Amino acid sequence: MGFFQKWSDKLSGHFEKGRPLHVFKSLFDAVDTFLLTPAAVTHNGSHVRDAVDMKRIMITVMIALCPALLFGWWNVGYQHFLSVGATPGFWQAFGFGFLRWLPMAVVVYAVGLTIEVCFAQWRGHEVAEGFFVTGFLIPMIMPPAVPLWILAVATAFSVVFAKEVFGGTGYNFLNPAIVARVFVFFAYPSVISGDSVWIARPGTCDAVSGATPLAVDVAQIPSDWELFVGAIPGCVGETCKIAILIGAALLLFTKVADWRIMLSVLVGGAGMAAIFHAVGMTGVPVLTQLLMGGFLFGTVFMATDPVTAAHTRAGKYVYGLLVGIIAIMVRVLNKGYVEGMMLAILLMNVMAPLIDYCVIRIHIRKRKHRIARSKV
Amino acid sequence: MKKYLGPLNKENPVLVQVLGVCSALAVTAQLKPAVVMALSVTVVCALSNLIISLIRNTIPPRVRIIVQLLVVSFFVVMVDMFLQAFVYDVSKMLSVFVGLIITNCIVMGRLEAFALSHKPLPSLVDGLMNGLGYGLVLVVVGTLRELFGRGTLWNIRIMPQAFYEAGYLDNGLMILPPMALILVGSLIWILNRNPKNAK
Repeated sequence: MGFFQKWSDKLSGHFEKGRPLHVFKSLFDAVDTFLLTPAAVTHNGSHVRDAVDMKRIMITVMIALCPALLFGWWNVGYQHFLSVGATPGFWQAFGFGFLRWLPMAVVVYAVGLTIEVCFAQWRGHEVAEGFFVTGFLIPMIMPPAVPLWILAVATAFSVVFAKEVFGGTGYNFLNPAIVARVFVFFAYPSVISGDSVWIARPGTCDAVSGATPLAVDVAQIPSDWELFVGAIPGCVGETCKIAILIGAALLLFTKVADWRIMLSVLVGGAGMAAIFHAVGMTGVPVLTQLLMGGFLFGTVFMATDPVTAAHTRAGKYVYGLLVGIIAIMVRVLNKGYVEGMMLAILLMNVMAPLIDYCVIRIHIRKRKHRIARSKV
Repeated sequence: MKKYLGPLNKENPVLVQVLGVCSALAVTAQLKPAVVMALSVTVVCALSNLIISLIRNTIPPRVRIIVQLLVVSFFVVMVDMFLQAFVYDVSKMLSVFVGLIITNCIVMGRLEAFALSHKPLPSLVDGLMNGLGYGLVLVVVGTLRELFGRGTLWNIRIMPQAFYEAGYLDNGLMILPPMALILVGSLIWILNRNPKNAK
């Protein structure tokens, strides 16, 4: 540590205003705070003494994502070898998937962090940690065959228009990772829907088709157990429900994610799925509906994003219920948009401030009534 | 002279006053209808400015809005008929948006704010410049949307075939209205960030 400390002290002078390297100040700060504890302390106002800060929360989320990611690496390779008719060994599949994922992650981080650093420098902010989780999530919710340049465009779009225009990390009212996916969904529908994108293809090999369960007939949907284990074609990180549940357990244990949101999304989704199943609008049973596609991944990692979800306690229930209900509604009623979860979360991200506003107004009115009654 | 050039830059009717946005979003999916729309609005704005300015001293203030509407709709109907006669395909594409020029706030705004209190010639120039300021935004947005959304400009293929063979895809979002809103927003952003325009 001493070496880094000395190095940082020595160099920091060059980045002050008026010095030649001032343009790179935000980049220097980012590296500096990544390696060392910042020396700045608060002098007035409220002091919160807590081990949990933004970096800690972000890292917890990333650790929670790791099981799903590790399984995703293996699954991407496994699906690929299966589709070309080979039976791969464990490490072979794992290695293939990792090499498939690596360029995606590199592109997302390179593009996203470059933009973040530029904005931070331009505005004189520090580089916030927010993009680490976003950049971690984006490759996990993309199909493994997505072209890298599209990934770069989507990342740039989401960082600029979902986050930076509103003021950066913490001010975004939309989840940037979902915005990236929705952007790809509407701008380049052919790379994220249909039946030939869910399996990684090597180079210019013939298209290997393998439908995502969401787009096929009821009879062709894999069994609940297969959906649960997740050795099926799909996005990189969302197929294995076991891994997602491990992540969920960690998030709930550390209280990084709110159980109210997760529970109410599940209740809303299950309720809506049961209604649709009961009236015969879909042949998909409730449990299958919840295990399919990105529903569970969205519930655990996307809907619970503390920045974009509702903040009030009652609001969280309303928010979660509506996410679940709308996700299943989009899925069942609109055959064109098979993945309703991302659209539902995005819509409710927009509604979350309104929900909070209503909850607070109701609360204020209740207390006013109580005061009025107690005075009488 | 400088005062008349305002609409092209820091007094742009779309980007600063945020008027006429509805049609700016609706007709800019391709360049051709955007240009035709821009010219139509320019003609209507300039000529109705001229006419209102000529009769400004005889209009009773209480009924001035009715008179303005009458003049504007006269020119809009003229433009609509002209488009139907000479560029029928574009007229079809623009559909109701030509008729809706009557309600375009830029036209009414210039009549109220300028033509009613200025001489005919300056009014004509003012109308012309505001129409062009509106047109400028339409052309920029239309160019971006058609180029990246369809790979064409004025229905002529611009993106080389080699790009598509290398894996390039047209951006479907560009064709949809939300992207027009985002592009107009980005233009406003760029304009506001220009230090020369700082208030």
